[in-house]
Amino acid sequence: MIAYISAFRIRLIRGLQYRVAALAGVGTQFFWGFMLIMVFQAFASNSRESSPMSLSQIASYVWLQQAFLAFVMLWFRDAELFALIVSGDVAYEFTRPVDLYGFWYARLLAGRLASAALRCLPILIVAALLPAPFTLLPPTCPASLLLFVTTLFLGLLVLVAISMFVYILTFATKSPMASFLVVGPVGEFCAGMIVPIPMMPDAVRRVVMVLPFRLATDLPFRTYSGSIGSVEALEGIVLQLLWLAVLVAVGRAALARAAVHASILGG
Amino acid sequence: MITVRGLNKTYLVAERSSGFREAAASLWRRRYRKIEALRDVGFSIGEGEIVGYIGPNGAGKSTTIKVMSGILVPDSGTCEILGRTPWKERKAHVRGIGVVFGQRSQLWWDVPVIDSFELLRDIYRVSPVDYRRNLDELVGELDLAPLLGTPTRQLSLGQRMRCELAASLLHGPRILFLDEPTIGLDAVAKLAVRAFIKRVNEERGVTVILTTHDAHDIEALAERVILIGKGRILYDGAFAVLCERYGESEDGSDSPPSLERTVARLYGEYGI
Amino acid sequence: MELYFRYALLAAKGQLRYRSTFFLTAFGQFFVPFFVFAGMVMLFGRFGNLKGWTLPEAMLCFSVIHVSFSVSECFARGFDMFGTVLSNGEFDRILVRPRSTILQVLGSRFEYSRVGRLFLAIGALVWALGNLAIDWNPLRVATLCLMILGGIAIFSGIFMLGASLCFWTTEGLEIMNVFTDGGREMAQYPLTIYQDWVRKFFTFVIPFGCVNYLPLFYVLGKPGASPFAALAPLAGFLFLLPCALVWRRGVRRFRSTGS
Repeated sequence: MIAYISAFRIRLIRGLQYRVAALAGVGTQFFWGFMLIMVFQAFASNSRESSPMSLSQIASYVWLQQAFLAFVMLWFRDAELFALIVSGDVAYEFTRPVDLYGFWYARLLAGRLASAALRCLPILIVAALLPAPFTLLPPTCPASLLLFVTTLFLGLLVLVAISMFVYILTFATKSPMASFLVVGPVGEFCAGMIVPIPMMPDAVRRVVMVLPFRLATDLPFRTYSGSIGSVEALEGIVLQLLWLAVLVAVGRAALARAAVHASILGG
Repeated sequence: MITVRGLNKTYLVAERSSGFREAAASLWRRRYRKIEALRDVGFSIGEGEIVGYIGPNGAGKSTTIKVMSGILVPDSGTCEILGRTPWKERKAHVRGIGVVFGQRSQLWWDVPVIDSFELLRDIYRVSPVDYRRNLDELVGELDLAPLLGTPTRQLSLGQRMRCELAASLLHGPRILFLDEPTIGLDAVAKLAVRAFIKRVNEERGVTVILTTHDAHDIEALAERVILIGKGRILYDGAFAVLCERYGESEDGSDSPPSLERTVARLYGEYGI
Repeated sequence: MELYFRYALLAAKGQLRYRSTFFLTAFGQFFVPFFVFAGMVMLFGRFGNLKGWTLPEAMLCFSVIHVSFSVSECFARGFDMFGTVLSNGEFDRILVRPRSTILQVLGSRFEYSRVGRLFLAIGALVWALGNLAIDWNPLRVATLCLMILGGIAIFSGIFMLGASLCFWTTEGLEIMNVFTDGGREMAQYPLTIYQDWVRKFFTFVIPFGCVNYLPLFYVLGKPGASPFAALAPLAGFLFLLPCALVWRRGVRRFRSTGS
C-alpha cells in the first residue's frame, strides 16, 4: 500500500512543478468548453424538434467534462510507462516485489487525480460565475450531488481499468500511438465526449448505452444536471461496480499473460 | 586565423526544487541563479594548428565552441574567424567551418549514410565536382565504402563517428571544431579517429579545435592546449610543459603517473 | 525550394522503412477526425440544420479546414514538434549550417501518416461537393483552392508561433492547442454559430474565418455575397508575416541565451 501512496505523491509533486502548464491547461479547457457549448446550443436552440437536453443542462455537462477531463479522457497517457513497455525495459518492472497490476493501476489513477486536482477547482468556480447561457448551475438537490460524486469516483475507477488495456495492448503492438489513436477516439465517442449521448440517433444510442465507456462521463455528468434521475443513477452505480469487477479481472489475466510473453522474449 | 578577445557570457538559470512544500511554493515565485559561463576569454589560433581545449565539466568549453561556431552571441568581446564575426554573418561563417558534436549525430537516423551525405551536399551547395572529389578522398581515408549503404541507426558508435567526421568535411571547411569526438569509443575506433584527425590537419591543412576529456587525445594530437576553468582561461601553451610540471611521480618511483592522474592534479592545482 | 523537396524525399524514405507502424498510425489518424465527422452528421440528423446552413454546406467548411490541417501537420511538423528539436540540441546543428532556419526546421520533420486524416478530409470534401448544386465558374474553383492554401498558411503560421514560444518557455505550450486543434474544431463549423467575440477573433486575429466561412458565401452563392469574399483567403498568407517576425526574434533570443 505504501508503494501505491508514494507513486501517487510523486505524480502530484511533479504536477505541481509545472505551474504554467497547469494554467495553460485551464485556459485551453475554457476555450474548448465555450466552443462546445456554443456548437451544441446552436444546434439545440435552432431546431424544429425539441432538444433532448436543455441549454443549461448542456452548459453544465460541458463544464463538468472540462473540469474532470483527466478523469474521463482515454488519451490521457503516462508516457514513461509507454516508453518502458515499448523499449522492453518493462522486464525490470516484473522483477519488483509488488503486484504489477495494482501498482500500475495506482500509478495511472494517481496521474489522473493529480492532474484533475490542479485543474478542476478553477474551472468549476469560474464556470459557476459565468453568465447565462454558459453558467454551470448548482446541483438540483443534495441527493443528486451525492450521486454525482459517487458515480464520478466509480467512473474514474472504471476508466482506469479500461485504460489499463491500452497499456497491455501495447505489449502486442509495440506502438503506443497506434493503440491510442484507435482506442482513444472510439472510447471518447462512446463516452459521449464528442456528442452528448441523448443527442445521438436512437440506434447508436442503444449500442453506446451497453458499453462501459459512458459510465465515467455520461452517467456522472448527467446525474449532476438532473438529466439522469436518481433511480437511473443508482442502477448506474450497480453497473459501474459490475463492470469494474469484470474489467479488473480480465485485465489482471491479460497482464499476466503479457508478462509471461515478455519474459520469454526477454530471454 | 582565429582571434578571440575579452569574451563574456552569463546565463540565468531557474532553480527547480524537490519536495512537496517547495514545489507548491515555487508555484508563486521562482529563484534564478546567475552563471558566468565565460569571463574575459581570449586567445588566438593560427592556420594549421591543432589546439586542445580542456577543462572540467561546466567550465565553459562548449559555450566557447558555440560562440566560435556562430550559434551563440556573447555578452561582450570580439571574435574574428577567417575575417568574419561568427554571430554577425552566420551563414557565410558556417560555410567555412565544420562542426562535430560527439554526443549528437548530424546524420539522418533512418536513411543510408550516403543519402545524408547527398543532402549535406545540397545544404552546403557543394559543386558536383568538389563533392565527388571530397567524397572519394574521405571514403578512402576513413574506409567508409562498406558503410555508405547502411542506415545510421544500424552503425556502431565507432562507425558512426567516422561517418560524422566525413560529413563535417564534405564541404571542405578550413576549420574543424570537434566537441568530444572520441566519447564512448572503443580503443580501435579511438585510434582510427585520432589518426584521421592528424591526417586531415597535416594533409589538408585544416585547423582543428578539439575539446575532450580524454587526455590521450590531447597527447596524441595537440601540442598546444588551452585550459579553461570556471569560465576563465587558466593556461595557454604547450601540453608538454603541463605534463612536466604536474607529471612527476608522487611517491618517488621512476614511473610517471598516468595521464588521467596528471590532469586530475592539474585541475586540483588550479582549484577547478 | 529544391532543398526542401530533398528533405521531404529523405524523410519519406526513412518512414517507409517502418511500414507497419506507418500504416497503423495512418489508420489511427483516419479515426480521430472520423468520429468528429460522425458527430457532425448525427447532430445534423437530429436537428436538421444549423442556423440556416445545411449539412453539405457545413461539411464543406469541415473538409476545407481538415485538408489544410492535415497537410500542415505533415509538412510543417518541424515547427509543431519544435520543442524536441530544441531540447535534443538539433537546433544547434541547424545554426551551424548555411541555410535559413525556417527552411531547415521545416525540413527537420515530416509526418506522412497524416495521409489518414487527409483521406477522410478529401472524402468529406468530395461528398459535400457532390451534394451541393454549385454554379461553378473559374473564380469559384480558384477560390476553393485558395481557401485550402490559405488554411495551410494559417496552420503553419500558428505552428511557427508555438515553436517561437519554445525559445522563451518550456512550459505552458499547451495553450497553443487553443489555436491549432481549437482553431480546427472551431472553424469546422460555419462561424455564424458562435458569439460575436469569437467570430471577430477568428476573422481578424487568426483569420480562420477568411479561409472557409467568408469565401464560402461566395462559392455557395449565398444571398448578399460579394465577389470580394473570394479574396478573403489571402488573409491567411498575410498571417504568416507576423509569425515569421516572432520566429526571428525567438532565434535571436536563443542565440543570446543559448537555451
